[in-house]
Amino acid sequence: MSASGGVRHLYVHLPFCAHRCGYCDFVTLVGKREGHGGYVDALLGELELERDLLAESVETVFLGGGTPTFTEPHELKRLLDALPTAREVTVEANPETVTATLAAMLREAGVTRVSLGAQTFDPSLLAVLERRAGPDDIRRAFYHLRDASFDNVSLDLIYGIPGQTSSGLRQDLDQALALGPEHLSCYELEAKPGTRFTHAWGAELAGQEAAMEGYFELVVDTLAAVGYRWYETANFCREGRRAHHNLGYWLGRDYLGLGIGAVSTVDGLRWRNAPRLPPYLGALAAGRQPPRELEELDEHTRAVERLMLGLRLDEPLPLDEFAEVLDLDALGRLEELGLVARENGSLGLTRRGRFLGEGVTAELIAEIPAKTLQLNR
Amino acid sequence: MPLDRIRNFSIVAHIDHGKSTLADRILELTETLSEREMREQVLDSMELERERGITIKAQAVRVVWKGHQLNLIDTPGHVDFTYEVSRALQACEGAVLLVDAAQGIQAQTLANAYLAIENGLEIVPVVNKIDLPQADPETTATEIADLVGEDPERVLRISAKTGAGIEEVLDAIVERMPAPSGEPDAPARALVFDSAYDQYRGVVAFVRMVDGKFGTRENVRAMAAGTRFEAEELGFFSPGRRPTPTLEAGEVGYVVTGLKDVSRLRVGDTLTAARNGATQPLPGYKDVKPTVFAGLYPTDSDDYPDLRDALEKLKLNDASLFYEPETSQALGFGFRCGFLGLLHMEIVRERLEREFDLDLLVTAPNVAYRVTTQKGEEIEVHSPADMPRELERVEEPYIRATTIVPKDFVGSVMELNTDRRGRFDHMEYLSEERVLLSYDLPLAEIVYDYYDQLKSRTKGYASFDYDVVGFEEGDLVRLDVLLAGEPVDALSLVVHRQNAHPRGKALVERLREEIPRQMFDVPVQAAIGSRIVARETIKAKRKDVLAKCYGGDVTRKRKLLERQKKGKKRMKQVGSVEVPQEAFLAVLNLDGDKR
Repeated sequence: MSASGGVRHLYVHLPFCAHRCGYCDFVTLVGKREGHGGYVDALLGELELERDLLAESVETVFLGGGTPTFTEPHELKRLLDALPTAREVTVEANPETVTATLAAMLREAGVTRVSLGAQTFDPSLLAVLERRAGPDDIRRAFYHLRDASFDNVSLDLIYGIPGQTSSGLRQDLDQALALGPEHLSCYELEAKPGTRFTHAWGAELAGQEAAMEGYFELVVDTLAAVGYRWYETANFCREGRRAHHNLGYWLGRDYLGLGIGAVSTVDGLRWRNAPRLPPYLGALAAGRQPPRELEELDEHTRAVERLMLGLRLDEPLPLDEFAEVLDLDALGRLEELGLVARENGSLGLTRRGRFLGEGVTAELIAEIPAKTLQLNR
Repeated sequence: MPLDRIRNFSIVAHIDHGKSTLADRILELTETLSEREMREQVLDSMELERERGITIKAQAVRVVWKGHQLNLIDTPGHVDFTYEVSRALQACEGAVLLVDAAQGIQAQTLANAYLAIENGLEIVPVVNKIDLPQADPETTATEIADLVGEDPERVLRISAKTGAGIEEVLDAIVERMPAPSGEPDAPARALVFDSAYDQYRGVVAFVRMVDGKFGTRENVRAMAAGTRFEAEELGFFSPGRRPTPTLEAGEVGYVVTGLKDVSRLRVGDTLTAARNGATQPLPGYKDVKPTVFAGLYPTDSDDYPDLRDALEKLKLNDASLFYEPETSQALGFGFRCGFLGLLHMEIVRERLEREFDLDLLVTAPNVAYRVTTQKGEEIEVHSPADMPRELERVEEPYIRATTIVPKDFVGSVMELNTDRRGRFDHMEYLSEERVLLSYDLPLAEIVYDYYDQLKSRTKGYASFDYDVVGFEEGDLVRLDVLLAGEPVDALSLVVHRQNAHPRGKALVERLREEIPRQMFDVPVQAAIGSRIVARETIKAKRKDVLAKCYGGDVTRKRKLLERQKKGKKRMKQVGSVEVPQEAFLAVLNLDGDKR
């Protein structure tokens, strides 16, 4: 591995959770409190092995999960202390895990931003999602964070939950806004085929499909009306409060990921650590890199990804960077349909284009050359 | 064999009334086949015929009964092959009319009985399946007796299944049917009542020698087609091929012609000696034309050459099959094929799929139209896409349809026929319970969903038969489908003006369901010329996004996008609208047309 040392974004995966929610498809491990210390050791071991990839100064660190704040507090602190310092250090948190003590510890350990998994304020919908926190837990956690002087808190919301009406969604948004978060991530619930959740709720979701068509617009309009910037497909912020770590992904920057299931992309090489705990611990205990899945990204693929990710943002992209992957006929068609706007050599989606981002992007991408297809097989 | 020792006969019956079983019993009883050799229903040689329980190709078998040579000429049982049936009957002097004792007279019993009577045949009426618990031989015998003008006492009662009464049938054939008349010393004349294609020997003609005789190696001429050939081999079937040096007046047999193309020797033609032959052909030759047309397309466009080869091979054996290449905007390369009727179409399609292992899309069928253009030109149109939008007049084929139903369903059938532009011809009671209805109907109304409707409205009790009787002018229009203003040739229809609105409405509704929502509103319209008769709108999608996308998801999301891109490639582009092949199939496919 090269020692170029250009990576400025670091992701650390903390897989532990008190309980696995029905809709979740992240790499998670339930309980195993006694294993937290060993896992943190392994993370730090992996960090040592990859440290040369990191730039002198790291811009962002992101602790995701799982439920990072479910990790034994002293182990979490040990980890935070050992990680490089950065301008933005984000930790994901579940409301029921956030106590005054924990909030203070995070703040002291250099965390600058907390992303709180609220999902919804409706008790019956929280139950559908199998979330443990109630609406008051969410509010309490939020105020603990404010008390610990966090001035950059994000709320995660999920919409399109089985049983959620559009007036219910409006109430949810109102309750979230009442807290005055700096940032909001709003996702439509993805019911993955074959999951326990889809099995239980698929029929109900199919029934409300027509109504849900308008939910995305409702979210965007409600948040924009009170001054949030719709800066990414699913993300909204107060001016100057974009999530810089995630922005790194969307701008196609390199990133290093530590922990089970974590993905890194460095210099056209992408690797994903194996998602199972024992092989990960075993390899790092022996001072070796954990088992990984490698993917080589050629120029074309990287350009496709940059286009796909970049079009999620509200800022236009320089056209010339994407000349070889753009279908110019499609571009013309989409422009006529008012979905894409071209201006001064840059390219962006119109408001309606952003609502149809996936279809528009698929259309914009030129035929994939046969060579690339073979490589990806 | 002296003429008075020969009897030529057919068995005519409705489907499943036991014709093939009776034929089997006759072969058994006359020891033409030992019981050990006996394979059930030997006459139905093709796999398909055995499964469908009908006979596609006529064959003739010679048996010997009490010193007489009996030639059993098998006839196809279905309406589409009426002409072939009539030729086969012309080769006979008598016919066994076989009726199921449980079902009584059915539409094809009538059609075939009338054909036999028209051909001057002596009818031996037989009630079959008397062993069935629900059999009613007496009522059935009375029905048949009324039909053919016989004494009910002379109607034979048999069970082909158990073998009861088969001897009596053979005796009646000898006693009641006349011997063939013919001039043994006149110039040879033989009626071709069927032909088949043998891979090694070429066309084999099934003939009835009417006058004179043929010898092996004789030079022969087909009088209508003008084709000349040497009779490479003469013989008869018993039931395998038995070559003989001559075929003589009154006899039935085959001629191996060596011809490589079945269209050079058509059913109904007269064979005579090439030199000093007869001057007058036997009466009744007719060039049969297809009346029902459909597009046949390979599901996988790579199979186009295979489909072409398969059609060529089928055509060798089926002179009435017509095909020409056709290109469809929606379906790619295929063939427009012409058939004698719907069953013929089904048979061809099944043979293509089964014998040639092809995966086919068959478009909803249409009829042949005779069009006079505004310039006064007369053209025949086989596809709605070829129908001129501006025209002087159109004629469409009409049929005389006979339906037999229990009396309770008469109203339903009348209603259906009236809906389908039918003209009442007459009605009669066959018995207290059963009624015959005769209507004139446009053939086009039969090819579109008629059988299913008839079946469901009569709970399956109707039997139906028809004959094409001619062409009549109709108030027909070309109905076009437009997607976002662009006409889609493949979806054009020819309909009666009064049906344009409902058919157009059904079509655009179907398309609205089948075509996925696009990024913009898509009007779907049905139009006659520039007049819109039905309209639906496929509403634009309001959202289409991948909800979240972070560092861990990039590869998966990119692959989703690439898959979507590939999916788009399979879509057909109609103007700016992407239409999945499946949407066309849903509308065009015969199987998808069941409303």
